Amino acid sequence: MEKELKYVDLVDQPIAMHPKKFALWLFLVTIVMIFAALTSAYIVRQSEGNWLEYDLPTIFWYTSGIVILSSVCLQYAYSAAKKDNLAGLRVGLSLSVLFGVAFLVGQWYSWVALVDENVFFVGNPSGSFLYVFTGLHAVHLISGVIFLIIVLISTFRYKVHSKSMNTLEMATTFWHFLAALWLYLFMFLLLNH
Amino acid sequence: MSTASVANHDAAHDHGDHEHHDNFVTKYIFSQDHKMIAKQYLVTGMFWALLGGFLSVLFRLQLGFPEMDMSFLRPLLGGWIDETGHLDPTFYLALVTMHGTIMVFFVLTAGLSGTFSNFLIPLQIGARDMASGFMNMLSYWLFFLSGVIMFISLFLKTGPASGGWVVYPPLSALEQAIPGSGLGMTLWLVAMTLFIASSLMGGINYITTVINLRTKGMSFSKLPLTIWAFFLTAVIGLLSFPVLFAAALLLVFDRSFGTSFYLSDIYIGGEALPNTGGSPVLYQHLFWFLGHPEVYIVLLPALGITSEVIATNSRKPIFGYKAMIISLLGITVLSFVVWAHHMFVSGMNPFLGSIFMFLTLIIAVPSAVKVFNYLTTLWRGNLIFTPAMLFSIGLVSFFISGGLTGIFLGSSAIDIQLHDTYFVVAHFHLVMGSASFFGMIAGVYHWFPKMFGRMMDAKLGYIHFWITFVGVYMVFFPMHYIGIAGFPRRYYSWTNFEFANMYTDLNMFVSVAAIVTFAAQFIFLFNFFYSMYKGRKATLNPWQSNTLEWTTPLHPGHGNWPGEIPSVYRWPYDYSKPGAEEDFIPQTVPLSATPESNLPHEQELVKVELEIMKEEEEVLVSNEAKH
Repeated sequence: MEKELKYVDLVDQPIAMHPKKFALWLFLVTIVMIFAALTSAYIVRQSEGNWLEYDLPTIFWYTSGIVILSSVCLQYAYSAAKKDNLAGLRVGLSLSVLFGVAFLVGQWYSWVALVDENVFFVGNPSGSFLYVFTGLHAVHLISGVIFLIIVLISTFRYKVHSKSMNTLEMATTFWHFLAALWLYLFMFLLLNH
Repeated sequence: MSTASVANHDAAHDHGDHEHHDNFVTKYIFSQDHKMIAKQYLVTGMFWALLGGFLSVLFRLQLGFPEMDMSFLRPLLGGWIDETGHLDPTFYLALVTMHGTIMVFFVLTAGLSGTFSNFLIPLQIGARDMASGFMNMLSYWLFFLSGVIMFISLFLKTGPASGGWVVYPPLSALEQAIPGSGLGMTLWLVAMTLFIASSLMGGINYITTVINLRTKGMSFSKLPLTIWAFFLTAVIGLLSFPVLFAAALLLVFDRSFGTSFYLSDIYIGGEALPNTGGSPVLYQHLFWFLGHPEVYIVLLPALGITSEVIATNSRKPIFGYKAMIISLLGITVLSFVVWAHHMFVSGMNPFLGSIFMFLTLIIAVPSAVKVFNYLTTLWRGNLIFTPAMLFSIGLVSFFISGGLTGIFLGSSAIDIQLHDTYFVVAHFHLVMGSASFFGMIAGVYHWFPKMFGRMMDAKLGYIHFWITFVGVYMVFFPMHYIGIAGFPRRYYSWTNFEFANMYTDLNMFVSVAAIVTFAAQFIFLFNFFYSMYKGRKATLNPWQSNTLEWTTPLHPGHGNWPGEIPSVYRWPYDYSKPGAEEDFIPQTVPLSATPESNLPHEQELVKVELEIMKEEEEVLVSNEAKH
């Protein structure tokens, strides 16, 4: 049997941030490092020559728009939750999830477009890199969609409101990050193609 | 029945007044208590150290006694010993690969950081536990799973991964290259992926805990150097392990999906492979972007432990506390911009090589600052030679002798001659391997009383130290000569080369020393497990140390301190302060309680301190009213 311990609260603590939120930011750093490594590898490899040139699928422009829309909807949901506007929160969150799924479908069609161009995963690294960028980003985005759905379910249990914003805040941070990550990747590809 | 209202710093974490029923499983296996997780890491790390050391004895037998009849090992190694009693050459490559992988990742990364970051961070900063106990538990069990997979790969018919611990493609990417590049390599990659996930979870926890959960008064300028070292180690890991993941991911695609990130223009048996356009040097860049910081992931915790042990047992404040922190920071930053010094002979642009050489040599500056500070802390101290102290001084010795050869190797012109010879092996085994290992052992001797409430036997500790210390030099010092003579590493045998014959006796000597050193570790193992149950009972603060962990009960429960977490009023190195009654003043003693030893600027802080204490009193009273 453990000794009887009576722990007492200290009111003042040198807290900078909610630990879980902080941990999320650190997690984002690791994702940044993965993509920083991959995009650097892309540049290093490209500079060595023997590099297949092809057109980026135009659908990337549409998916970029969709991912921005999705972020906007989530931001709307977030501010609705702050004002305890539960209906607005649910609509915003649902739209955000829908746009997220639409983005994933769009990315799938970008692969179809690549195949039509005769650019395959197996072949010149120039094409392989594109599949890795989009694929790895999509894997992260799927986890983001799951996260959003979990938050959406908890809104129907009345667990998200102005006094309990942590989960929604974390979901919003993660989702905005993923959108920004895609925009970075797209811009990177436009500039280094 | 125990009632514990574990109140953390945030309401979301509040356990409320529920009851804790710790059964065997939640206490010893799926524990979320950082102290138990630390012990799990320690014991697992010891298992791997034993295995990794044993593998090295096997290949040292081959190197020292190439003509030896190894048939007696057949019960253990089976078909890897051929009919004439010789070690299979491909298995030799597997042995060095697995020795490297196990020692670098499983022992000196997980075993060292996992043990001491977990154990000491909450105890020394004054926290109930890690920021997320669950994630901490998950981190250990992913490491365990990764270990199980790596262990299984040792028993494959085709052998474990054999392309060196750096697993360079194309050797690691093509199954045809070497038997170990088949299933063994696949399992290696799976195990390492789990290991990366485990390290990242651990690292995220360490950083979050250090930043968010320090007790009242524990500012960054009052943190023990151990915590600074663990914190920066975690930062390095967080930034570099994802890059290894990226490298491994592309390698997986090359191996299993037929892409050509690293493969190009390869002919096997006259047949061209379909892969074109890849670059094996790309892998080297990605790998060493992790690989070099990894050296510091291994070393920094050991340096942190040494700072603490040396200051405590010299009964002197650490010399240059701020300089220590700045050099830790300097090493952290520089560790990310020197990776290409591992690749001077990879055909990279010589001008780029000069830049990396320049950056590499700069690392000598913070390293020298640290060595200087260790020595000046020891200088004229009231030295107490506990086993932990001896091992820490041993670390400083290895850090100097191994660090000096780093300057040779960092210079690109000399590296062309010495690259991939035993000189390199000698260098990193001293500065990274042995130094970190000594830091780890020092930590075990020093914090054993806190871990198990008992003391380890000091006499056995001295015997262990002297055999190991002398043994390590006997093993690695001759290797410098062998390396300068041009012996390449990872070669199964040199007896075919005329120039190599004259060094056979030296190799024999190294092998004997290695076996003796390995055997000496069993003294430590015996001491460890015997003292755990039968050791002398420890006092609350056996080393008369200042840091917070010694203010906990002898067997701290989950939550570490019964009642209030102590507040911190001073830095952790007030040893032998002039005017003070005793030669140490714990961090929990307010400045206002020691007017006789306060320095003028501290006397001014007393007023601020009294105000804070008054506030705290009010909080306490209001809390008492609530409960």
